[in-house]
Amino acid sequence: MSVLLEMRAITKEFPGVKALDQVSLSVQEGEIHALVGENGAGKSTLMKVLSGVYPHGSYSGDIVYDGQVKSFRGISDSEADGIIIIHQELALVPLLSVAENIFLGNERAHKGIIDWRETNRRAAELLTRVGLKEHPDTKVDTLGLGKQQLVEIAKALSKDVRLLILDEPTSSLNETDSQKLLDLMLEFKARGITSILISHKLNEISRVADTITVIRDGAAVSRLDCREGISEDHIIRDMVGRSLDDRYPARDPKIRAETAMEVRNWCVTHPLHSDRQVVRDVSFHVNKGEVLGIAGLMGAGRTELAMSLFGRSYGANITGTASINGTEVDLSTVRRAINAGLAYATEDRKTFGLVLDDTIRRNVPLAHLEGVSNGMVVDRDKEAAVANRYRDRLNIKSSSIEQETVNLSGGNQQKVVLSKWLFADPDVLILDEPTRGIDVGAKFEIYTVIRDLAASGKAIIVISSELPELLGITDRLYVMNEGRFVGEMPTAQASQERIMATIVKSGSRPGDHT
Amino acid sequence: MTQTTTNVDASPVPVKSPLTFLRSHMREYGILFALIAIMAFFQVATGGILLKPVNITNLILQNSYIIIMAIGMLLVIVAGHIDLSVGSVMGFVGALAAVMIVNWDIPYFLAGILCIIAGAIIGAAQGFWVAYFRIPSFIVTLAGMLVFKGLTLWLLAGQSVGPFPAQFQLIASGFIPDLLGGEEMNLFSLVIGVLVASGILILAIRNRNEAGKTGSIEEPFSFFAAKNGLIFVALIYMSFLMADFRGLPNVFIVMALLIAVYSFVTSRTTVGRRIYAIGGNEKAAMLSGINSQRLTFLTFANMGALAALAGLVFAARLNTATPKAGAGFELDVIAAVFIGGASMSGGVGTVVGAVIGAFIMGVMNNGMSILGIGIDWQQCIKGLVLLAAVIFDVMNKKKG
Repeated sequence: MSVLLEMRAITKEFPGVKALDQVSLSVQEGEIHALVGENGAGKSTLMKVLSGVYPHGSYSGDIVYDGQVKSFRGISDSEADGIIIIHQELALVPLLSVAENIFLGNERAHKGIIDWRETNRRAAELLTRVGLKEHPDTKVDTLGLGKQQLVEIAKALSKDVRLLILDEPTSSLNETDSQKLLDLMLEFKARGITSILISHKLNEISRVADTITVIRDGAAVSRLDCREGISEDHIIRDMVGRSLDDRYPARDPKIRAETAMEVRNWCVTHPLHSDRQVVRDVSFHVNKGEVLGIAGLMGAGRTELAMSLFGRSYGANITGTASINGTEVDLSTVRRAINAGLAYATEDRKTFGLVLDDTIRRNVPLAHLEGVSNGMVVDRDKEAAVANRYRDRLNIKSSSIEQETVNLSGGNQQKVVLSKWLFADPDVLILDEPTRGIDVGAKFEIYTVIRDLAASGKAIIVISSELPELLGITDRLYVMNEGRFVGEMPTAQASQERIMATIVKSGSRPGDHT
Repeated sequence: MTQTTTNVDASPVPVKSPLTFLRSHMREYGILFALIAIMAFFQVATGGILLKPVNITNLILQNSYIIIMAIGMLLVIVAGHIDLSVGSVMGFVGALAAVMIVNWDIPYFLAGILCIIAGAIIGAAQGFWVAYFRIPSFIVTLAGMLVFKGLTLWLLAGQSVGPFPAQFQLIASGFIPDLLGGEEMNLFSLVIGVLVASGILILAIRNRNEAGKTGSIEEPFSFFAAKNGLIFVALIYMSFLMADFRGLPNVFIVMALLIAVYSFVTSRTTVGRRIYAIGGNEKAAMLSGINSQRLTFLTFANMGALAALAGLVFAARLNTATPKAGAGFELDVIAAVFIGGASMSGGVGTVVGAVIGAFIMGVMNNGMSILGIGIDWQQCIKGLVLLAAVIFDVMNKKKG
């Protein structure tokens, strides 16, 4: 076997962050190569470098493909060489037919006139190859996610693919569809197509992969040959193996005996696909003064759980009960949830957290305007005083409270979001990925705020995909996977290995799918 | 580090130099400069006719209904929507008033109130679909525009209905009586003008002093003084001019009250704050506990009521209701709001800006008509001014 792809010493920097540091990747012709690592380790960045999303010149290092050094300037360059990437979020146009989607941008046409007979004939052929029995005229939005994934693969095949990259292809598929997809990958391998599989599901990887490259913190840490028999524990250790130093403020937790919030049998259905339950029978509690963590992979249902609790901002058919400070509360609208003492700081601060064109002064009191008003009239002195108070307390780096939040750095934007919820003075504060995309210094400051809030008797729930962070700042952890809480442990007894093992071992048991 | 902030210092009062300040607030001042420049140009070009007392009075009367609707439209656009139906609704309400007052002999005061209620219901009916069913406002109000154009024709049976009783006409063409019994001019009007101008000046000074206490002054003193001095002088001069003719028109008082009330509502109340928030980022606003549906609904109801008021003023001014009344006015109203600095995507804009935008359109209409420029070129020039204003906005934002 010869080497099809060799990425040598790839380094990619974003302002302030080194996303990839001297990463090398070597893929043999005709193999299935798995790329594993935690969220944010740099897997997707590496694949974007390979496919030309980050064009030649924006990174350093060489891509050698098929014996030649390549400098891709865009996706069309890499596709011309047969490198096709299928992203986690599918890129199909829902209202076009299967055939139209397969040949989108690559139409079967003569002088601009589409040859529909040829289009449908070729599409039918490709659909048979991926094992779909649907008619090429079927609209994509009538297909389930598993079948849509197969349409994406058919689309890749239509472009004479040599290297197929699948980014978490089974993350939203049920067991049966996942198995079908993996079988298809093995079939492609038999036909000589090389694949790179990005996945968190180690059972799938051990089933199909020939070689594994583990990426951690932007560096390739190991290359494992599956034919030599690699244990899952070994992979997990390589994925998470970093030590916790003093990136977290020292804590002295004073957890009180009273329960701050208790949720029983919480179930949520996907708002569009009524057959998909995204939160399944979740029950949990958090005490006053406690920092509770919810660990899990992306797509595990953590954000959906939090948003459905917070005024039913997500989902349909929500069932279950919630009580705060011992009394059952009505959380059916955001306003009621806030009044009941609940707050939720979103993972996506730009889309859901801030009015970006508005100033710090106008954003901070937004969830609790009553606190700066006399009746209907906003008291601008009080408002400025409140904004200044939180600007000082959280050290929001800005020229003044009149600065528009769009011009703040990520960390400072996050502090404005936090200020908004601190001012609303909730009893229970849910923080969804509170440190995503912000630098180490600001992270420490946010951890300190969380610690101080807990010390003052608030209950804090932290959702995070960064396990070291959860281990560093929480008192107790729940592990969530595929909509369920699959484990609970005091943080003192938790480790990254234990959490990952809990996730991996709970995942996709036969008969577990909907 | 990814800090992009300019001034990490925690100094609380970063008063900028006048030039930097002007650059960062080009939009707010630009529009005022533009109005002054346009007025100066036409004053010279028309040989002084523009600022003659009778012409200033006319300018106010001609544009009053546009300004009344621009205030409502500003709220709709800030909330992230658009209302294309206002011209038709205005025509419909004018027709309704004519039928009630002329044909059915309903007392004009009662009829006026019923008309405004009818306008609010029309606005609410459209807002209902926009707010609660998320039908795009462009489509809902486009439908409303056709529906009420049709209903106006039906109501008037294709005829003009008039004339109105003299008392009713006074809404649009009356002047406040001179309680002080001036000989040469309407002294009472002048006094009101001076009082209002002084009141605005005192309020501005008080606000600045209060802001000084909390350390949130940004505007350099030179700007503050120049801006407020200019407004003070302009208001007194305008009331002097109008007093010299027949006094302040009744509709001017109505307009001034509306501008004052809505400026206050948009900038100082919780409701106003929330409307800006839903226009700026509806998802973030909803996750902050703001009831965006109800606010959107109310914004449209308010627009309907103001369109009805404009319809009454317009009908009173023409002294008759015609099937064609209000046709195309929605475009002038929307243009005024955008010239005044509002953003198509919502969340940005001020009542005063929209009023200045309406005056820019009005002065150009008036000035070009005096100069004898044909309606053909008037339309072209107005279109280009709208485009230029919005381009200026976008470029300015990119730089900022």
